[in-house]
Amino acid sequence: MSPRYQNRIELLQGTLDLLILQTLRWGPQHGYGISHAIRTNSGDVLQVDTGSLYPALHRLERQKWITADWKVSENKQRVRVYRLTAKGKKQLESERSRWAQVSDAIAGVLSPGRRESEA
Amino acid sequence: MTFSFWHRQKRERELDEELESHLQMAAQDRADRGETPEQARRAARRELGNMGLIKEVTREMWGWASFERLGQDLRYGLRMLAKSPGFTGVAILTLALGIGANTALFSVVNGVLLKPLPYPHPEQLVELSESKPNFETGSISFPNFRDWQKDNRTFSAMAISRGYNFNLTGLGEAEQLRARFITSDFFTVLGVNPLIGRTFAPHEDDIGAAPIAMVSEELWRRKFSSSPEALGKTLSLDGMSFTIAGVIPASFELSLGSFHDIDVYVPVGQWSNPLLPKRGAGLGFHGIGRLKPGVTIEQARADMSQVSSSLAAAYPDTNTGIGATIRPLKQTMVGEVSTLLLVLLAAVGFVLLIACVNVANLMLARASARTREFAIRSAMGAGQARLVRQLLTESLLLALIGGALGALLAGWGTRAALRLLAGGLPRASEVRLDAGVLLFTAVISVACGIFFGLAPALKTRGRNLHDTLKEGGRGGSGLRNRAQGILVVVETAMALILLISAGLMVRSLTAIWHINPGFDSSNVLTFGVALPPPMRNASAAGIRAALRNVDQQLKAVPGVKAQSLSWAALPLSSDDEDLFWIEGKPKPETENDMSWSLSYVVEEDYLKMMGIPLERGRFFTAQDNENSSHVIVIDDVFARKYFPGQDPIGQHVFLQNKGGRAEIVGVVGHVKQWGLVSDDSESLRAELYFPYMQLPDPAMLLSWNGTGMMVRYDHSAANIGDSLRSAIKGIGGEYVMSKTQTMEQIISDSLASQRFSMSVLGIFALLALALASVGIYGVVSYLAGQRTQEIGIRMALGAKQRDVLRMVLWDGMKLTLAGVFIGYMASLGLTRWMASLLFGVSATDPLTFIVVALVLAIVALAACYIPARRAMRVDPMVALRYE
Repeated sequence: MSPRYQNRIELLQGTLDLLILQTLRWGPQHGYGISHAIRTNSGDVLQVDTGSLYPALHRLERQKWITADWKVSENKQRVRVYRLTAKGKKQLESERSRWAQVSDAIAGVLSPGRRESEA
Repeated sequence: MTFSFWHRQKRERELDEELESHLQMAAQDRADRGETPEQARRAARRELGNMGLIKEVTREMWGWASFERLGQDLRYGLRMLAKSPGFTGVAILTLALGIGANTALFSVVNGVLLKPLPYPHPEQLVELSESKPNFETGSISFPNFRDWQKDNRTFSAMAISRGYNFNLTGLGEAEQLRARFITSDFFTVLGVNPLIGRTFAPHEDDIGAAPIAMVSEELWRRKFSSSPEALGKTLSLDGMSFTIAGVIPASFELSLGSFHDIDVYVPVGQWSNPLLPKRGAGLGFHGIGRLKPGVTIEQARADMSQVSSSLAAAYPDTNTGIGATIRPLKQTMVGEVSTLLLVLLAAVGFVLLIACVNVANLMLARASARTREFAIRSAMGAGQARLVRQLLTESLLLALIGGALGALLAGWGTRAALRLLAGGLPRASEVRLDAGVLLFTAVISVACGIFFGLAPALKTRGRNLHDTLKEGGRGGSGLRNRAQGILVVVETAMALILLISAGLMVRSLTAIWHINPGFDSSNVLTFGVALPPPMRNASAAGIRAALRNVDQQLKAVPGVKAQSLSWAALPLSSDDEDLFWIEGKPKPETENDMSWSLSYVVEEDYLKMMGIPLERGRFFTAQDNENSSHVIVIDDVFARKYFPGQDPIGQHVFLQNKGGRAEIVGVVGHVKQWGLVSDDSESLRAELYFPYMQLPDPAMLLSWNGTGMMVRYDHSAANIGDSLRSAIKGIGGEYVMSKTQTMEQIISDSLASQRFSMSVLGIFALLALALASVGIYGVVSYLAGQRTQEIGIRMALGAKQRDVLRMVLWDGMKLTLAGVFIGYMASLGLTRWMASLLFGVSATDPLTFIVVALVLAIVALAACYIPARRAMRVDPMVALRYE
């Protein structure tokens, strides 16, 4: 596996949970659908690797934040569909507020830097 | 979390399907965008990435990963162990021996020392005795007990009991039963309920109450086929009818004094002893009590000392200086063996340590042979932690297999240990391999596994991968060899400590066997004889006549060289005392001011029969009978104590309970009544002999239902016991002869605990010696093997075989001697813990120490010699070409 691939996993760690939970906020979805939604909603910036997505889904499932059921898709294909649980909704709220804090903090750190580079 | 194989398989399939559907949807999207299905599928596949890895990482999220790794490690470990069956076999066997011995001993310690007594609220149970001016644990008189019972405030119940033998007639062949006189609360104190029926009610133990009895489950089964109808039936004991009130379950057991295998329990009041209502007569009664909830033993002592002082005020004649001794029941039951068991536990711990050290050594040697394997595994990406875990898994696997085998060995070893101790161990019936013991086994197995697994694991860690691979697996680093050297030193030291302890025990026991008991114990048989029940109502003269007849019949048995009736004390077996004062001195006002002497009531041939030397005067003759004036014979301790510097012959003493004035006619040698070891330290050692036929009538009347008989027989007489039995049966229908015992057996039984500790320590020491020599052998062979090349070069350069031999021997002996030195020093400090188990030998006896150290050194030398010889035979050409 390439170094880039490995880096990407680490980069998304933590935030990936948030993205998955947020995506499922709009309704049950299968793995491919989730990765598709994240990519589309981020304007093709965020590409979720399958190698990180499925481990993350199974981890969230074990933590009982999401549950999975087998459904048959429009193409008559059996797919595993994930759904947000009540516990997962609570988790999403706390992850969101934490994310807001982190991004504020990062913005705060970055703003003086920007001023410096401008100077 | 439940770990189910089927569940797991299902999830695996689902994961495959999930990823497959992902792949298809991705391909479908691409195909929708215009790619050919073939292209779309390949691109989607590429985009997905490493399918195996994704599955692997996802599976880890299921939380089973650690199980899986453990499974891998276990499988790998098993494969590795199976690949070297020699190593595995030796290691498992060593561990099984070590763990098995520990488990066996721990199950004994657990059953005897650790477990609470098998009665409800055992912490409330105490043993009661009457304390006398010079004697802490004397027997309790019945009237005193009644007052204790009435006046105390701290006991919820108390009871006394004593042993007795009844002759059972009217139910099959006449036989002697082990009986116990008890007061009503006896089973209430212990919280034991009858199997059927009831225990005794208050006042059923009074003198003059109706005769009732409780029987053991065993007797109930044997005589009444366990029928409930037995209740209310009568037993004829010594010719008197006792109504059966209840049955005591076989599970009931009390390891206290002579209390074992009781057939029948009878209320105290049924004892026809005229002394029973006398306040000054202890009569061998000992008590048990149950404290009220929350009462401490100190409070009980304070309470009883108050009760005692008011009794002393009320009855100054008998109760001056009389108190109550209260001890926790468990302490009384196991007190003597606790040191012994703890010493043995320490010893067996050493054996296990040696076993672990040996296995650690084997693991080290193997680890160095496996350095390449580890280097390759870590080159392929196994982390250090994973390698250490692998090694620990292997050693735990070994330890657990060894532990399981050890538990099996222990089951067998425990039984063997109990047999060896033969009744010398209190609470023996509570010794078993229960959950607690198995937990102990599991814990020590795991501890062992970690202990000997850690050494090589740590060694593997921090080794340079590169160097190892370059070294080509020979791995001759000095560090590792030093670790092995240290292990050899340690195990040699521990083996020496064990050998010295065992040596000291052997010396003690030899010293004890060489003690002269004061009589010749060989070819002497003791047993009891009881006259038929109708003799209950005979006169004293009638009983004398019947006993003389028994004497005559036995005298006629071929092989009998001398015999004597024996009443009262029997050397090393049971004791009885007489109160006396010496004529010419002022007559004591109360019994408290009289002197005590051990008392033997015997016939004229006793001295000849026992081989006791006559020192002065004469022994009894047939003329010292009921019609002549009373005479006694004393032993030299009596003579020296009460007649210092005078001739006791011709002096008179007054015997309080044996008819008064008697003349001393002879002095004989002292007999070690209290046991070979403890006699010298007892305070009551004076002995007197009284002619049987001169027993006052009331005492003679008591002897109809059982008196002792002793016989010296010709050693060539076959089955003397059977001949005697048929002679006694020949006298008449209901004469009863009780079980025979040889004096040698009695002496040997009195040494049971010494013999046990010697044999067990001896076994442990030999085990330790064997393990240590195997260990030394293994390490020296290994080290010599490592030096094969060097030896080859040395020999090529002209070294003689003798030089090589000396070099390798010295390598091993350096370690051994260091171990011997350390073990010697440690023993000097440690053996004093076992001083109380030793006799006639100091805990630091130089002879034992030096001889044992030499033995160990010689054995070690032999263990080094084999690999040294092999090294000596090294062919330089082969050794050099080997590389």
